[in-house]
Amino acid sequence: MTARALINVPKEAKRGEVIAIKTLISHEMETGFRYDNTGKLVPRDIINLLVCTYNGVEIFRAELHPAISANPFIEFHTVATDSGKLEFKWSGDNGFSATESVTITVI
Amino acid sequence: MVAHHHTKRATRRGFLLGAAQLAGGVGLLSIFPCSESRALPDMVQAAIKKVVGAAPLRKGRVTLGLPPMVENGNAVSVEVSVESPMTASDYVKAIHVFNEKNPQPNVLSVRLGPHAGKARVSTRIRLATTQQVIAIAEMSDGTFWSDAVDTFVALAACQEDPG
Repeated sequence: MTARALINVPKEAKRGEVIAIKTLISHEMETGFRYDNTGKLVPRDIINLLVCTYNGVEIFRAELHPAISANPFIEFHTVATDSGKLEFKWSGDNGFSATESVTITVI
Repeated sequence: MVAHHHTKRATRRGFLLGAAQLAGGVGLLSIFPCSESRALPDMVQAAIKKVVGAAPLRKGRVTLGLPPMVENGNAVSVEVSVESPMTASDYVKAIHVFNEKNPQPNVLSVRLGPHAGKARVSTRIRLATTQQVIAIAEMSDGTFWSDAVDTFVALAACQEDPG
């Protein structure tokens, strides 16, 4: 299954401006604490890491636990330093991996 | 030992007090203190200790934004902001969020640096029941600061059957 990811970053920012980065990815975030109709424990299946790099340099890292809601939403900030690429990588249980990138123009 | 004092801002008691006062009981209930301390479960204290180590955990500098009352515990908006100049010599290294009564104490841990510009993170979390949520900030000078908020949860997370 490919997860759908949404990134919201301003297309353009002034140098030195603090910008908000909003990320959302489709994922069940199965906690591992729920039982199915037959009384069997549903195994944990979550995204446990989000790493964001800005022109190749890591600027943000989030460790997610089962208490994060389904379709994890994370918002954070960074200083717009240079035009370039913001890359996002989510990884998790059962070999889950997804990447997304956006470009930003710094004026 | 890790104990947390409730803030006046968004505790359940504060909410109920406000509601009671609105209802006409002005002043009557205000003799009850709005802050109290309560020991957190061992599992939560252990998880916090893992982050904080032997350093003292101080109250302040962190603001945990959480509604005092939520209808649905499956997706509760949370915002943590930390007072910091976010310069190369004085910045927030990490923000951690813990809960009191979910099956596991950890919620989220993020690493930041001076390049973040602003020490503020938002997400949506699950709350299994009415409980306290705790946010801790780790500063570049090695100090730890915290805030805790009580939230009343009407419909708990993790109660529905999987689809």
